[in-house]
Amino acid sequence: MSMTDEAPRLIERPVAAAAEPQAAEPPPAAERDVVFRSHDVNVYYGAFRAVRDVTFDVPKNEIMALIGPSGCGKSTVLRCYNRMNDLIKDARVTGAITYRGTDLYDERVDPVEVRRRIGMVFQKPNPFPKSIYDNVAYGPRVAGQKKGLDDVVESSLRKAALWEEVNDRLNDSALGLSGGQQQRLCIARAIAVGPDVLLMDEPCSALDPIATARIEDLMQEIKQDYTIMIVTHNMQQAARVSDTTAFFTADVRSENDTRTGILVEVDTTQKMFSNPADERTENYVTGRFG
Amino acid sequence: MTDMSVAYPERLTVDQLQIAPSRRHREAIIRYTLLVTALVSVLVSALIVWILLREAWTFITEVVWADTWGQQGWFPRRGLYDIPTIIVPSLIVTGIAMVVAGPLGLGAAVYLSEYANRRVRSWLKPALEILAGIPSVVLGFFALTWIAPNLVGPIGRNTFGVIGAVILLGYAAVSAGIAKAKIKQYREGVADPSARVGAVASLAMLVAVFAVAGAWILGVWLDFAPNNAGSLAAAGIGVGILTIPLVASISEDAMAAVPDSLREASAGLGARKMATATTVVLPAAISGIVAAFIVAISRAIGETMVVFMAGGAADAARFTDSPFEGGLTMTAAIASLASGTDSVVGEGLTFQSLYFVGLLLFLFTLTLNIIAARFVSKVREAY
Repeated sequence: MSMTDEAPRLIERPVAAAAEPQAAEPPPAAERDVVFRSHDVNVYYGAFRAVRDVTFDVPKNEIMALIGPSGCGKSTVLRCYNRMNDLIKDARVTGAITYRGTDLYDERVDPVEVRRRIGMVFQKPNPFPKSIYDNVAYGPRVAGQKKGLDDVVESSLRKAALWEEVNDRLNDSALGLSGGQQQRLCIARAIAVGPDVLLMDEPCSALDPIATARIEDLMQEIKQDYTIMIVTHNMQQAARVSDTTAFFTADVRSENDTRTGILVEVDTTQKMFSNPADERTENYVTGRFG
Repeated sequence: MTDMSVAYPERLTVDQLQIAPSRRHREAIIRYTLLVTALVSVLVSALIVWILLREAWTFITEVVWADTWGQQGWFPRRGLYDIPTIIVPSLIVTGIAMVVAGPLGLGAAVYLSEYANRRVRSWLKPALEILAGIPSVVLGFFALTWIAPNLVGPIGRNTFGVIGAVILLGYAAVSAGIAKAKIKQYREGVADPSARVGAVASLAMLVAVFAVAGAWILGVWLDFAPNNAGSLAAAGIGVGILTIPLVASISEDAMAAVPDSLREASAGLGARKMATATTVVLPAAISGIVAAFIVAISRAIGETMVVFMAGGAADAARFTDSPFEGGLTMTAAIASLASGTDSVVGEGLTFQSLYFVGLLLFLFTLTLNIIAARFVSKVREAY
């Protein structure tokens, strides 16, 4: 398979975006490189509409945070980008999501190929009950790679800032690691596939503050190689790590008891937290709501 | 809230917090009654083992051992107790049953837990459980009147046998390929426990398939099975059908217990369903799957009615190691000797021989359980 040869190369891809300065006011999203464009995305679970008419772009080599109160559909939106909602029975996505110019939901698109390019880190660390080595080597192996696994494992663990802690016990069970180490292992495991984008679904919500800080540092270090989307409940985290922020809220209709996620506003994180355009955003980020 | 509150005294005494004496007695009665029910079942099992051992010991100490090995067969009423005559058919029947039930049961389990949508599952699982509810006497009759003449009988003579042999050989070649790949993977030191599990499983499959294929080809070549009567193969297929639901439902339970977060992690890394099933779900559920096979083997080796009816021998038998001939399994030997008006009439030790065979069966299943427990503790991937 083509990924066999591609995987290591992608990992050692030269850092092209590193020179780009962290300008105070980056140009609007339309003029920058965009990885995802979504237009009028709706997600249904059976007859229930979980997310309504979501439209926004995701810029390349940046960290985008999706924030909002519980039940506002931000995780559901995140899972559209690697076709993870396909795994949920009765889930349906309408509207258009393009990934580097290609319709992600074209019927010819294989979700497995999508997931090899768009990796995911979950809320609760979920390492396989296998050795540390086997966890990291899992993705390349299922893609058919047999040679050079040692190098992939080492470079992925180094990138995830875990190598120094585990290099003497690669064959021990991953379940023996601490929660924070397990989550960095899950990041290493996702990196090992050689992805383009990393989707992180509340990656720190099960971790203590020290482990959280390590993951946040790690995100800053790797964002020059990847585009990162992170769902978070923690507004301070969004303010600390992200370049752009999308604020979602739940549109509650009491007459038919429905709760639908809607996108309120997307802008640079700086603007969202200092001078948001929408009153609802302001109420949320100042702690008056949610 | 305030208007509902009870007026508590300033100080409480121990008396006010004590259990009422009548209540205390009732608790004690309940407790000891439950203890007695637990003890009764343990006591009954212990008594059975005790009587089994006592009678078997009489047989072991008093039998002429020269008559128990190397004789022409199992003729308990005449004092000829050739043990291999009844052990070998038991193993043949169990082996054939596992070749039938293993792949079918495990395949059904993987399909149910990893592939089937809710609608298919809602009728397929109950249907499998209905299969488990078929009385074994019905399956015995089915094995004797349909499997024996239609599946096993023709092997000796016509093209069905050749086709069957070709299919079996193909099956063997596939498992040989898997085994080779898995062993290579394991040797390359990639230290993936699933490779070791896979190697062991496919090697076991290979041996079983080769054994059956060999017997089958031999059957075709030597023109065995000249009649449509019962045979060990017919009985083995019948027992196999009987144990499919066991393998399927226990394996499926084990796979369903594997958390979905592991499946999501695997899918998120670009694994297809089959890869997730074989490299994440099966290794994590291996203890349950091995348990399913052990239970199925115990069930197969202890199954009586199907082998009694379709095994093609009763009461006494000559030694045979061909699946296409009639033979007497350990269970059928006990059943046929103990049934009817002349039950266990014979020479002095005929009666005790039944207990000896029973003890052998008991030891077989006990050993299996011990091996299984060891195996599981070694390869299990606990989550």
